[in-house]
Amino acid sequence: MITADPRAVLTGAHFIDGDHACTEGCIAAGARFAAGYPITPSTEIVERFAERAPEIGGRFIQMEDELASSIAILGAVWAGAKAFTVTSGPGFSLMMEHLGLAVMTETPCVFVDVQRGGPSTGLPTLPAQGDMMQARWGSHGDYEIIALSPSSPQECFDLAIRAFNLSEEFRVPVLLMMDEAVGHMTEKVVIPPADQILLYPRRYTKRPPSEYWPYEFGEDLVPEMVRAGMGYRFHITGLTHDERGYPAMSAEAQNKLVRRLKEKILRAKDRIITLETEALEEADVVVVAYGITARVAQRAIELARKEGIRVGKIRLITIWPFPDEFLRHVAMRIRAFVVPELNLGQIIREVERASCGFCRVLGVPHAGGTVHRPEEILEVIEEAAR
Amino acid sequence: MSATTDVLVENPVEQLLRTERMPHIWCPGCGIGTSVNCFARALLESNTDLDKVAIVSGIGCSGRVAGYLKLDSFHTTHGRAIPFATGLKLANPKLTVVVYSGDGDLFAIGGNHFIHAARRNVDIKVICINNFIYGMTGGQVAPTTPLEARASTAPYGCYEPPFNLPFLAEAAGATYVARWTTYHVVQLTKAFKELLAHRGFGFIEVIAPCPTLYQRRNRLGDGLDAMKYYKEHSKIRHGAPTSEVGLGFQSEIIVGKFVQKQRPTYFDMEEQVLRQRLGERYRPLEELVCQ
Repeated sequence: MITADPRAVLTGAHFIDGDHACTEGCIAAGARFAAGYPITPSTEIVERFAERAPEIGGRFIQMEDELASSIAILGAVWAGAKAFTVTSGPGFSLMMEHLGLAVMTETPCVFVDVQRGGPSTGLPTLPAQGDMMQARWGSHGDYEIIALSPSSPQECFDLAIRAFNLSEEFRVPVLLMMDEAVGHMTEKVVIPPADQILLYPRRYTKRPPSEYWPYEFGEDLVPEMVRAGMGYRFHITGLTHDERGYPAMSAEAQNKLVRRLKEKILRAKDRIITLETEALEEADVVVVAYGITARVAQRAIELARKEGIRVGKIRLITIWPFPDEFLRHVAMRIRAFVVPELNLGQIIREVERASCGFCRVLGVPHAGGTVHRPEEILEVIEEAAR
Repeated sequence: MSATTDVLVENPVEQLLRTERMPHIWCPGCGIGTSVNCFARALLESNTDLDKVAIVSGIGCSGRVAGYLKLDSFHTTHGRAIPFATGLKLANPKLTVVVYSGDGDLFAIGGNHFIHAARRNVDIKVICINNFIYGMTGGQVAPTTPLEARASTAPYGCYEPPFNLPFLAEAAGATYVARWTTYHVVQLTKAFKELLAHRGFGFIEVIAPCPTLYQRRNRLGDGLDAMKYYKEHSKIRHGAPTSEVGLGFQSEIIVGKFVQKQRPTYFDMEEQVLRQRLGERYRPLEELVCQ
């Protein structure tokens, strides 16, 4: 690991919103290129980057749409930059093709989605968590993805750095799945000194061009990288390709490539997945939540405990890959999971799947536009405890 | 005493081709290979540092060019070669970035990106192989298909007027605009050299035959017939107003260099504005290479 560039890190305590904290996290992580297209409620992230970039040797470009933004960052990465793009629902839909290209070409980069109400134009200024399944399955074909969900401005900063580190380590696009409430919430954000911010360096090859193939991989299944202009004369394609990076139109090549793209993430799942847990040992009922909803649920959990209900909590910080095994083991010793989320039932399907029928799974669906009232969640906890 | 010896003459462009990938996918008589030959020669003659050249293609027959050139090469998504190239260039201005793609890719699905890159005057070079049709997918109508020409999705003839690509490029802000056919290999090679040396957004339209789909469906013969047609019906008019170079079905083809001028590039303007507004606080970087 290396440490952050002190010239760009705003060490100290700040009172900023989640969007701005996200920008600072990306900068601290070493991102010096961003491309974006204006869309509420995410725009503040690139507005701040546009202001900061010329002072830190960075570059921002507002592209003509989200298709352009999401592929401009891939070009910048192959020229050697760390890069990210930022959007919300409708733009996230447009970016799906290049999320797939980034997966297929193993391009490390970060996509930030500040979720708002959908479908379509929906509720531009109001929160939702309706893109969670799109984050997992939105681009065509089979792949694994990494998605993180912050619950506070501080975590927008912290997880932006983690998103970049994971993207570099696994050469995969990482999604930072914020929501409007967290993005526009202003709180204290502490930015540590640069020498305490650890960064995963790009996995550049040390091999000479004559001994290098772009998609040759070792034990951890992640190939070494090069960038344009180094003399490697390499080829990158979104077509199914062999280890030389050349198109390979066969079932064998497809099987080998797509399975590796999944396996490189899945075999490191335990390191990628982070959760925050509370009182699981004694619990009869466990609330599973993420993002802004985890904070609303906290109030409901406290109210339920006052009523004598033994409630535990799992806050999903990593959403994808999903913590199947962990949830299954919890499911074996509790009566029910309660899953509040700002959608009409997305992550609850994963919780049901992971529980394997060992316990009940009760949702607290919400169409978005505001956050839950804690009482709505409390009622379902009470029902689960009965 | 006389002896015969076999003399192996190496084609100089071979050093720029991924010969291990031959044979290529292009049909006999197709013009894409001819254009690649001209481009490779131009590169070799232009004293460009080949290690700093990046080729970006979209999807389609012409989209395969990136895969055959032994350079840093990127085969991206349909229509999006230009924004990928923009990202490459912005992150490393020292690269010579060339977009090599087809008419459908660049001007139907990718049309918006073309006009914005030209407007910005980003220093990238765009080469469009215009064969008037979607080749890879089987001969569908394109935004360049001439009126009344037939295509698989315009079986009775095309009734949408086509783009006049040089006119579009100039109007959007391109600072180098030329058109040649694959018959004009000498002029085309020279034009590619000018394009590589040009500072700013440059565009070359290459009229090329698609014998398998466009020629056959329109009963225009094979690749050789197309060459004869280009030879007999092309007219060189350097500096012709681009508004006058639109193409009709089997019409005269005006070729030549239509635009060559200078205006501040994206980088020039960025540098000027940021330096003026930020003064000492401005910290430009030549390359955004991360550790």
